Amino acid sequence: MKVDCLIVGAGPAGSIAAKEMASRGYDVLVVEKKQEIGPPKRCAEGITKHGLENLGIELHPLCISGRIKGAALYSPSGKKVTMEGEQMEGYVVERKIFEKWLASEAIKAGAKYMVKTQAMGMERINGKWKVKIKSIDGLQEVEAKLVIGADGVESKVGRWAGLNTVNKITDYHSGIQFEMANVKINEKYIHLFFGRDVAPLGYAWIFPKAFSANVGLGILEKGAKMKAYDYLIKFIEEHEDIFKNAQPIEINGGGVPVAHFTEMVADGVMLVGDAAQLVNPIHGGGITRAIHSSIMAVEVADKALKKGDVSKEVLKEYERMWDEEYGEKTKKLMKLRAFLEKLEDKDFELLADVLQGEDIYALTQAKLSFLIKKIVTKPALLGLAKKYLMD
Amino acid sequence: MVRVDYDKCLYCAGCVGICPVDAITLYETRIVIDEGKCISCMTCVKFCPVGAMEG
Ligand SMILES: Cc1cc2nc3c(=O)[nH]c(=O)nc-3n(C[C@H](O)[C@H](O)[C@H](O)COP(=O)(O)OP(=O)(O)OC[C@H]3O[C@@H](n4cnc5c(N)ncnc54)[C@H](O)[C@@H]3O)c2cc1C
Ligand code: SF4
Ligand code: SF4
Repeated sequence: MKVDCLIVGAGPAGSIAAKEMASRGYDVLVVEKKQEIGPPKRCAEGITKHGLENLGIELHPLCISGRIKGAALYSPSGKKVTMEGEQMEGYVVERKIFEKWLASEAIKAGAKYMVKTQAMGMERINGKWKVKIKSIDGLQEVEAKLVIGADGVESKVGRWAGLNTVNKITDYHSGIQFEMANVKINEKYIHLFFGRDVAPLGYAWIFPKAFSANVGLGILEKGAKMKAYDYLIKFIEEHEDIFKNAQPIEINGGGVPVAHFTEMVADGVMLVGDAAQLVNPIHGGGITRAIHSSIMAVEVADKALKKGDVSKEVLKEYERMWDEEYGEKTKKLMKLRAFLEKLEDKDFELLADVLQGEDIYALTQAKLSFLIKKIVTKPALLGLAKKYLMD
Repeated sequence: MVRVDYDKCLYCAGCVGICPVDAITLYETRIVIDEGKCISCMTCVKFCPVGAMEG
């Protein structure tokens, strides 16, 4: 089989790349190893409205399971800071419907899909990639001018192309989640819980859906005394008011790459989404970044294929575009993460005292000078702020 | 060598993404460890959210 472009993985990154390539007239094949696109999810399914709007995406109504007006943050002692406003509005999607919808849009644009089909390895021969794929029909070889690695945190495409995509345990959240029914909590908000004993170096969340809620947490191993799963059980036990009569309807887990360091291209290869560690390093959201990376990658791929030159040098333009848009912000958010990782529970309490809702939004937008101004009022936090936030 | 407790594994593939020597592969719902490659660094054991990787 010969194609212009082989896409490995049919998550949000893969299906958007497929749609963009197919609508430009390229011959595209997407291989997805799961028998069903979507489950099991590795995701709390939250997306902001403005994030989607910036990408020009209007969700099919069936993708939407919850409508969110704002966020509530809880300090270790239970102090609550809420934030609302247009920027905070969002959805909790039903991820398997969302992913199938994205795939169907790509297929309408002309992309070909194979499910229960795993990419097994690839070799570069005469300027083309020969990729081995395994499916119900057995082992086959696909010859592709370009391979897009949209294969998530477990990306092998990057490794096969010689890129260093291996995540480091210091920058990789161990995530665990129940989807639960009968959770008693304000369903207009997403709820985020902080504390060394709640979710060390991460946070716990409750994202309400139509008749359930995603209840999970992410931790960093270096701060943890037990498994992520044990922290989740403890979290549920300690919030009897919320979970008294709630029961799980799903359990899932996953790794969240909260530091981006890999190169994103090699000769005839581009990495998009989680495969290139393109996740917001503060909150771990990766859906909109995955989609945006695919849109950028295809813009560059299109030019390269038209030129007949898909060398690393030419494809590098994608990496430059990404850095221009996200590089500075990601660096600042990494700094903020280093600062937050140093906070003890008592420091979180101080922060909860000085920060108002809109401040927290500013923080997620990497407006650090703003945080520093607030922190100056709490001398106990100054030392850390100087060390981690100021240049 | 590490081994997987399939009763616990959620096939989330998180361990695949941090193995420094590419010894782990997820085949749809089944984690497989390549004994020839594994260097027993225990990174996957430390990471696994449910403790399904045993050292
Ligand atoms: C616990 C948790 C909670 C999260 N919550 C949120 C959230 O609320 N909001 C948010 O925006 N982000 C969230 N994220 C991050 C988000 O899920 C990811 O950033 C997003 O899924 C990345 O999309 P992707 O398409 O790059 O990769 P994925 O969605 O991981 O898709 C990769 C696909 O490739 C397939 N694949 C892999 N290898 C092969 C192969 N060799 N052959 C064929 N197919 C292959 C996989 O089966 C998979 O379907 C969360 C992550 C975790 C772990
Ligand atoms: S990290 Fe643990 S639960 Fe996830 S696939 Fe690996 S062994 Fe299974
Ligand atoms: S112990 Fe280390 S080398 Fe072996 S599978 Fe786990 S992460 Fe890979």
